[in-house]
Amino acid sequence: MSYDKTLGNRLLDFVIYGVLLVTAILCVIPFLYVLAVSFTDPAEVARGGMILFPKEWSLAAYRYIFSTDTLLRSLLVSVYVTVLGTLINLLFTSLMAYPLAKTYLRGRQTILLGVLFTMLFSGGLIPSYFVVKSLGLTNTLWSLMIPSAISAFNLIVLKNFFQGIPDGLEDSAKIDGCSDLGVLFRIVLPLSMPAMATFALFYAVAHWNQYFNAVLYINDNTKWPVQVLLREIVILAQSRIGDTNIDDAEIQPLTIRMAVIVFATLPILLVYPFLQKHFTKGVLLGSVKG
Amino acid sequence: MKAESAWPAGGSGADARLKSRSAWLRDVIRDKWLYLMLLPGVAYFIIFKYVPMYGVVMAFQDFKPHLGYADSPWVGLKHFRRFFAEPQFWTLFRNTVILALYNMIFFFPLPIVLALMMNEVRRERFKRFVQTLVYIPHFVSWVVVVGIFYMLLTTENGVLNELLFYLFGEKVAFLLEPEWFRTMIITQSIWKEVGWGTIIFLAALAGVDLQLYEAARIDGAGRWRQLWHITLPAIRSTIIILLILRLGNFLDSGFEHIFLMLTPTNREVGEVFDTYVYVKGLTQAQYSYSAAVGLFKSLVGLILVLGANRLAKKFGEEGVY
Repeated sequence: MSYDKTLGNRLLDFVIYGVLLVTAILCVIPFLYVLAVSFTDPAEVARGGMILFPKEWSLAAYRYIFSTDTLLRSLLVSVYVTVLGTLINLLFTSLMAYPLAKTYLRGRQTILLGVLFTMLFSGGLIPSYFVVKSLGLTNTLWSLMIPSAISAFNLIVLKNFFQGIPDGLEDSAKIDGCSDLGVLFRIVLPLSMPAMATFALFYAVAHWNQYFNAVLYINDNTKWPVQVLLREIVILAQSRIGDTNIDDAEIQPLTIRMAVIVFATLPILLVYPFLQKHFTKGVLLGSVKG
Repeated sequence: MKAESAWPAGGSGADARLKSRSAWLRDVIRDKWLYLMLLPGVAYFIIFKYVPMYGVVMAFQDFKPHLGYADSPWVGLKHFRRFFAEPQFWTLFRNTVILALYNMIFFFPLPIVLALMMNEVRRERFKRFVQTLVYIPHFVSWVVVVGIFYMLLTTENGVLNELLFYLFGEKVAFLLEPEWFRTMIITQSIWKEVGWGTIIFLAALAGVDLQLYEAARIDGAGRWRQLWHITLPAIRSTIIILLILRLGNFLDSGFEHIFLMLTPTNREVGEVFDTYVYVKGLTQAQYSYSAAVGLFKSLVGLILVLGANRLAKKFGEEGVY
């Protein structure tokens, strides 16, 4: 798009660039603040004010949260649920999306309608809870993975993606003696890496961020994922974690809460830059066809 | 491989049905591996989506877990009558609807505005920089978002309150006073999702034919006219589709988010259908009653989305289904 460099246009550009810049900064500055405070000497935090670069560095908060294995254990739970859960998601979703991408498959429309309907109507919290309970999944980590194994929306986007792969490739593989399962794993999935990377990111983020299912299904606090622990510490303000007798007086709970937030967010912020390019592409893909 | 088995053209009555049934069977046998691959997914949807749908029968029973759906006594509409008669009903209704309206008015237009602004940026690097940063909050959990806001807003050492104190000499208890509840919910939603919301509009904008702008320029259209006559019509259908989806989720006020923000002091303005279902059902074990509340909510949602979709079609738009 081009236009004349009139005063009005320049002014408009100035406003637009300014607003966008401010928006972008507002989106990340809270994270920088959290990070900075978590590394700051508690005494400096107590004096108040906005800290974006600590004058007195301190690892006290981190020493404190790692003085018990509560945080470490819940981080492990979260990693386990995220990795295994995402693998289950990808396997289940692609296994189901592939046959549904075959327009000649009989009964396909019925199944697709059945899936669509679940996006419009649901049994609600209580009946769903009883399904999970009656399957004996409560108080196990499976309750955080199996009941969310397939997202109907992702399934349909992936189905559309698979449909866009030229049939010829699959047909020739079959002539060479490849089974349907072989075609999926050796031809279709490798061709779908950008889409799979996107779904992997979305599913993984959902797993890493989930806390309500854990609140609902898991009573045993040794099986809490990190978000539930975070909720206890930050929002329900139970600043003591574990049962150690560290002298609380010298520790500012604020720095501790910030440090826990850092750990609950870190993995996402670490993988984000690598996946950003893919997911923008992947989302566009879904939205254009969806 | 892909020979579409055509339905028998001629023949009538039983003969044709028999033929088509054997064609069915032949195809199913041919595609047996595909069906086998479908099995886990179909089982998943049946167990975790359709069994709970069947489970809503408990809303019409006095459900006892040890008796199950088959043996629990039927009570008809008792729980629904109780729910509609509760004064609590109108509080929930008001809270849910007000939050939804706030969302529509304050949140919904913002990603569109932001996307339109990004679309005016012609420095690719600046645009990418902005995009990278504004997507980040979307990937953070609600617990973290609420936690960060708690710490920025608390009256003890919260940065914003320190600032207010510095400027005006007094602090505001954002977290305790119910009148701030809705503002905070909407602000947090905007902060978390506004950037992410631009993606779909940017995709729609990327598809606009640049020649349209050239032609408009030659006809003497300025930037505002181009926006009005080319850009906005280009994303109109996307806006409408998202509006329909939003309507369908009208009553979903963002359960996890509100669940985190609820405190005993703001329940009066913060309690919505979803949180009520949780409290009554799982912390007070009134299963049937809260299942009835949940069913009411699901049904209203279904009606809203179907209605909105029909309306969109009436106005000549594509709709979602």
